[in-house]
Amino acid sequence: MAQVFIPSLMQKVTKGESQVEVPGKTVREVINNLEERYPGIKDRLVDGFRIKGNINVAVDGEVTTLGLLAEVEENSEVHFLPAIGGGALSLR
Amino acid sequence: MTTAYEPNKVMATGKYDVIGTRPIRHDGADKVTGRAKYGADIQLNGLLQGKILRSPHAHAIIKSIDTSKAEKLPGVFAVVTGKDLPKSKAGDTADFGLGPQPMKYLRDNAIASDKVLYEGHAVAAVAAINAHVAEEAIALIDVKYEVLPPVLTAPEGIKSTGNAILHSDLRTMEGGAPKSGKTNVASRFQHKMGDIKKGFKEADVVIEREFNTATVHQGYIEPQNVTAVWNNDGRLHIWISTQGPFEYRKALSLALGLPISDVKVTPMEIGGGFGGKFPLYHEAAAALLSKKANRPVKIVMSRREVFEGTGPTPGSYIKVKLGAKKNGKIIAAQGYLAYEAGAYPGSPVDAAGMCIFTAYDIPNVVIDGADVVVNKPKTAAYRAPGATNAAFATETVLDEIADKLKIDPIDIRLMNAAKEGTRRADGPVFPKVGCIEVLEAMKNHPHYKTPLKGKNVGRGIAVGFWFNAGLQSSATVSVNADGTINLVEGNPDIGGSRASLAMQAAEVLTIRAEDVHPSITDTDNIGFTFGTGGSRTTFATGWAVYEAANDVKRQLIERAAKIWGVKAKDIELSKGYFKSKTDSELKMSFKDLSGQLNETGGPVLGRGTVNPPGVGGAFAGNIVDVEVDPETGKTQVKRFTVVQDAGKAVHPSYVEGQMQGGSVQGVGWGLTEEYFYNQKGQMANSSLLDYRLMTSYDLPMIDTVIVEVPNPGHPYGVRGVGEVNIVPPPAALANAIYDAVGVRMDRLPMNPAAVMEATWEQKRGKSGAKAKATKKK
Repeated sequence: MAQVFIPSLMQKVTKGESQVEVPGKTVREVINNLEERYPGIKDRLVDGFRIKGNINVAVDGEVTTLGLLAEVEENSEVHFLPAIGGGALSLR
Repeated sequence: MTTAYEPNKVMATGKYDVIGTRPIRHDGADKVTGRAKYGADIQLNGLLQGKILRSPHAHAIIKSIDTSKAEKLPGVFAVVTGKDLPKSKAGDTADFGLGPQPMKYLRDNAIASDKVLYEGHAVAAVAAINAHVAEEAIALIDVKYEVLPPVLTAPEGIKSTGNAILHSDLRTMEGGAPKSGKTNVASRFQHKMGDIKKGFKEADVVIEREFNTATVHQGYIEPQNVTAVWNNDGRLHIWISTQGPFEYRKALSLALGLPISDVKVTPMEIGGGFGGKFPLYHEAAAALLSKKANRPVKIVMSRREVFEGTGPTPGSYIKVKLGAKKNGKIIAAQGYLAYEAGAYPGSPVDAAGMCIFTAYDIPNVVIDGADVVVNKPKTAAYRAPGATNAAFATETVLDEIADKLKIDPIDIRLMNAAKEGTRRADGPVFPKVGCIEVLEAMKNHPHYKTPLKGKNVGRGIAVGFWFNAGLQSSATVSVNADGTINLVEGNPDIGGSRASLAMQAAEVLTIRAEDVHPSITDTDNIGFTFGTGGSRTTFATGWAVYEAANDVKRQLIERAAKIWGVKAKDIELSKGYFKSKTDSELKMSFKDLSGQLNETGGPVLGRGTVNPPGVGGAFAGNIVDVEVDPETGKTQVKRFTVVQDAGKAVHPSYVEGQMQGGSVQGVGWGLTEEYFYNQKGQMANSSLLDYRLMTSYDLPMIDTVIVEVPNPGHPYGVRGVGEVNIVPPPAALANAIYDAVGVRMDRLPMNPAAVMEATWEQKRGKSGAKAKATKKK
């Protein structure tokens, strides 16, 4: 199962858990399964059918622009990082 | 290992025919003869000149705007205010990568509607027969303001209440959800790893310091400019100095309520940007004026407008605490960063939080950050946004620890350096990176081994990290009958990207770089391409070019196979010749085959589109020698060496140019540059006479060392080279000043007044400037 790292300020939703194992072959499936275990977390990560614009998803250390569609391997690490701001570049 | 001194050394790894050589840049002749066309050169029939009326107040409610006198002035064709922009409805949002922000913020920053939020905020615009009439008309516009107290720093903004709140609808985003209550704090984040309490408890040395850095500008020499034609068919065409044509297309379509395909953006040559030429400023006003006047309208900013009306990089407050064992191993790090976003949310504090300790492998880390709106222009990107402020704090505290433990400053960094497998505090694990290689190159450099001579001289070192970016890019390559190729792409060339892209195409097709004709086109004539920023162009657009050239190679091999009646898989392209792998008689030059396209099937056009993974983060380091005048506090840079991991330097001269340019800007940030505000929030030094950029008179020749730790995520090992070089200079200078006169600097800029103040504070025994524990010399 994927290792999902929960951002520090979202850990109140996961009852203090910073790292959880969640099944899923895509980021979408991982988040849906996370939501089943920790209701409310999806609202903090997803806006409609997309990852929220202020969040970057990294799978195995690689920030992906595929968002919810990004593939996740059996032992992948999934991180939710702040989008890099400063007026530089939009990912969308 | 000691090596003989070699200036501008390239520690090359991969060997190629074209990549790594130094051909003359393709745009060189146009640039040096003045034929290159910049935005201000645009001339169109019926062209009007536009001027912007800007707020004299940093924070005020607009009570009324009377434009009637200006409209009646002979020679005036159009006057616009915020009311001419589409009305922003509640819930309308625009997303530029920081999550949905109210559309009102985007439009209000272009032309204010109800409040002005910084001195220089656009309030109205005029188009007239010439610039003088436009200026006269601007002076006739009567704006009534209710002045409010300005908020000028992040710590002030955090404490703000009442009428010092900039936006009544702003709520702090924290952990993906808004908090209740009006505030100037747009967002907060935290990264946590290990057990910070345990880490500090087990540390033998703990040092904590606070830092303040001033707002600084990118300092590009060419001011922002735009020419707009809102055509009768409803399409808008703008010619502009920009790093991001497609970003402008999106911003204008949102601000003006146009379909994205109704906006065409033609990027002109660009006289510097460094991150500052992405955001929307006077372009919406120029478009509205053109629509109203039914004529083309050009607006060129003055230097004062550039300072006061475009986005600088933020001032910041940073607190850093490091804990180390006696042997120098850092086991705990805590950081707090509060960055000024300017008038609207979106400072680079998030990036700073992901960079502040990233050069090191530290088991216990906590990083907190806050994005705070203040009454200054909305901040924009500036080379490695946010990372320079953060490195200034971390690298000076680390230097203090090294000094206290009597460990060489490079050795302590080597002992703690991040490497492949190191987990960053924000979570991900590093792939192959070049931090250790950069530090080793610094340690082995003759500069570091040369003893200092004289009084009040000192040496400092520092390193820095930046992510670099990938993102979408497109390119096409077409083959000419004479064996040359045309390369079309969409990235404005700021620092030699025509050359670095052309060379990647030439490498694939085994032709000369001079046989590639690169051109940069508008948003109607190339697939989507993110802008020239984030050190991404040579990496990502280079990859698109690589794909396009390989597409051409594949098609040409098929043509050769057709001519020879053999299978394509039996043909190879090498050193400018197509050759049969099985029959040595079958050989044809690239040029010869290019001349036979008509009879073999027609034109050959290759295309490449990418959204590439594999971005390679980069490290850079500085060794700097200074002399400090103890009577005046003036710091003179005597020797400066910059070492940087380029992954692979495609054109080493332009990599060196980026390294030197970023270093010069970093020295200016460190020693002289600042937005100097009065108490009303008005900038007192908005000219290049008073805002002191570094010039060639201030600096020695900057020596470069290109380290090549190939990025496994790119066909040629390319990382990005445009940004990380600005990260270490202020910290290296601070460490050198300490080495010279024994004063720890905790503020930027470290101008003569700041150095003297720190010296006096130290003599009075105040905190903030710490006395040297033991004199090393």
